[in-house]
Amino acid sequence: MPAPTVLLGAVAYDPKVVTIWEGFRAWLRGRGLDFDFVLYSHYERQVEDLVAGRIDAAWNSPLAWLRAERLAAANGTTVRALAMRDTDQDLTSVVVVRADSPVRQVADLAGRVVAVGAIDSPQATLIPLGHLAAAGVTVDVRRFDVGVGLHGDHIGGERDAARALVAGEVDAACMIDANHLAFVQEGTLPPEGTRIVAQTARYDHCNMTVRAPESDGVRLFGKLLLGMSYADPQVRPLLDLEGLTAWREGRTTGYDALADAVDANGFYSPDGRVTAPDYRP
Amino acid sequence: MSTAPVPEVDLGDLGFGRGAHLLVQRALAGLPPGGRLAVTGRDPALRVHLPAWCRGRGHRVEWPDRGDGSDLVAVVVRGSADDDRWFGAERAGPALPSALSSRPPARWGLGARGALLEAGGPEARFDLDDRDLVWADIAPHLYAQAAARQWDPQTAVPWDDPFALPADVEAAVVQVMTYLVENEQAALVVPARLVGRIHPHFREVVQLLAVQMADEARHMEVFSRRALLRGAEMGTSSAGGRQSLFTLVAESDFALASFLLSVLGEGSFVDLLSFLHENAPDPVTRRICWLAMQDERRHVVFGMAHLEHQAQLDPLLRDRLRAAIHRRHDALADTAGLNADVFDALVVLAAGGWHPDDVSAGFGRVQALQHAMDQGRQRRLVRLGFRADEAAALSALHTRNFM
Repeated sequence: MPAPTVLLGAVAYDPKVVTIWEGFRAWLRGRGLDFDFVLYSHYERQVEDLVAGRIDAAWNSPLAWLRAERLAAANGTTVRALAMRDTDQDLTSVVVVRADSPVRQVADLAGRVVAVGAIDSPQATLIPLGHLAAAGVTVDVRRFDVGVGLHGDHIGGERDAARALVAGEVDAACMIDANHLAFVQEGTLPPEGTRIVAQTARYDHCNMTVRAPESDGVRLFGKLLLGMSYADPQVRPLLDLEGLTAWREGRTTGYDALADAVDANGFYSPDGRVTAPDYRP
Repeated sequence: MSTAPVPEVDLGDLGFGRGAHLLVQRALAGLPPGGRLAVTGRDPALRVHLPAWCRGRGHRVEWPDRGDGSDLVAVVVRGSADDDRWFGAERAGPALPSALSSRPPARWGLGARGALLEAGGPEARFDLDDRDLVWADIAPHLYAQAAARQWDPQTAVPWDDPFALPADVEAAVVQVMTYLVENEQAALVVPARLVGRIHPHFREVVQLLAVQMADEARHMEVFSRRALLRGAEMGTSSAGGRQSLFTLVAESDFALASFLLSVLGEGSFVDLLSFLHENAPDPVTRRICWLAMQDERRHVVFGMAHLEHQAQLDPLLRDRLRAAIHRRHDALADTAGLNADVFDALVVLAAGGWHPDDVSAGFGRVQALQHAMDQGRQRRLVRLGFRADEAAALSALHTRNFM
């Protein structure tokens, strides 16, 4: 009987993606799963291929998850979040101003220039701008489109927004909580040079998206992912590279804020078409 | 719900941008996985940075009510990733050299000896990984001594002392210095090629060879500098001399390379430097030969020490050493060996003048040098376990290039 198979799609937002999935491939194959992967240059084609059945699983950004969900529904099928990283749960984004800024609270940002990441960045653009809009604050957005199509996986846009804040080119900047800490620690932001004036509600990030009905291979894939241990010296370096300490069961309760933002600015249509006017992945 | 008191860490005004994670990490280290730690602090960004930091390290965060108006930020539930990282970790042998591993495994690789090594990582292959092959108990002592006795070529030599030599004597000095530079180049390259192959577990040997290389580098500098002190040209270099030296560089076996270089070559070289120290016509030459001689003696001591150790353990070693001498002799049988210009220059220096009696005396002194070199080689061979008559025969096969 042939071994169960899985063909995974992953977006090559960084060269390390090759190392990670080649390493996982060897580990998974050693445990009876005939696993392989294909790399995409952006999330949109990956999602379309998942829904069309050309790949069995997609290592999806949260935005890609939303589109997969919508495209699948439009095609009369469903998708499921098979697994996610422990580090993908309960994130927040923050809006940061310079320490000497007169802005003390969210309302003070009205009419000011706010720097965000790429057009398709959930954490540095869509969710924080949705947060400001929900607070009734209208701002002048300055976008830093680095790695468009990568859904914010490329940190460049966020870092450029932070640099613009330090340079005094903008009044505020949006970023994920962990990147605020990272930018302070690496010196992009001066240690006591910024103040957090807004923090979003918690949301979830990437998930491993699969299509129904799930094959034997996909079920085994999920089981093997959840069985990966940080104590295993073969996978630990890969987990370190991928930025997790354990895989968790996938959940879809943490995507509401992003879905609201996507609907509010028409990024995707309800049936999953790309409708953002100036989005060219 | 547990009513057990929760340990607490107070970060005060310290934020994660300034190292607050160290205090949290330290407090968590005392707890088992699943243990809970209350974190208090006043940094305004703590409520953002603490969970972000915890998330990346597999710790969970709970947000209890702050009904009491305290500085409580959150309760951190310790994850297991920190423990998991060190599951299967092992020490890379003992830290001190008193109980070295006889065969350190490749997986220890470049890990510091005695360090706790995370499992996994590269299998770094160092092919000289046999304690008996590379180690000598005297290595740490010799290294310390060698490191302490490094001298500065600029200040240790009286470069500015006034002296003037007849042109032909100066030419003899230049010729000898040229020969010494060539020899020291070989003496640097031989350990350089070995040092990258020695398992770092035997780090004192690596350190000693590194200092030995630094010694040779200084020798190359001072011999070159003396050669050019009064002129702009070096002396001659014979094809046979270079071939003789290259047989040393080409020897890949650690024991044999060490034997040919340190025991036979540098041993004879010490005698040559002693001869030059005694017969040097100027203070600069005298001084640099004396300084180099001190270093070379140390090199010979190490070479002898680990070969003596190895000879006791391996009765077949002497067969290999014998074969190496024969092999090198055969390889050089068709070469002229020592550069004739060098031999003549040594006679000139030892003669100290051009009267036939002076030259005769100088010639005799160089012959005495060769005899001393031969005697020294025989003594060292006997110490390695060769019978006296065989030691004499083997010494006679040594290259005419001295080194």
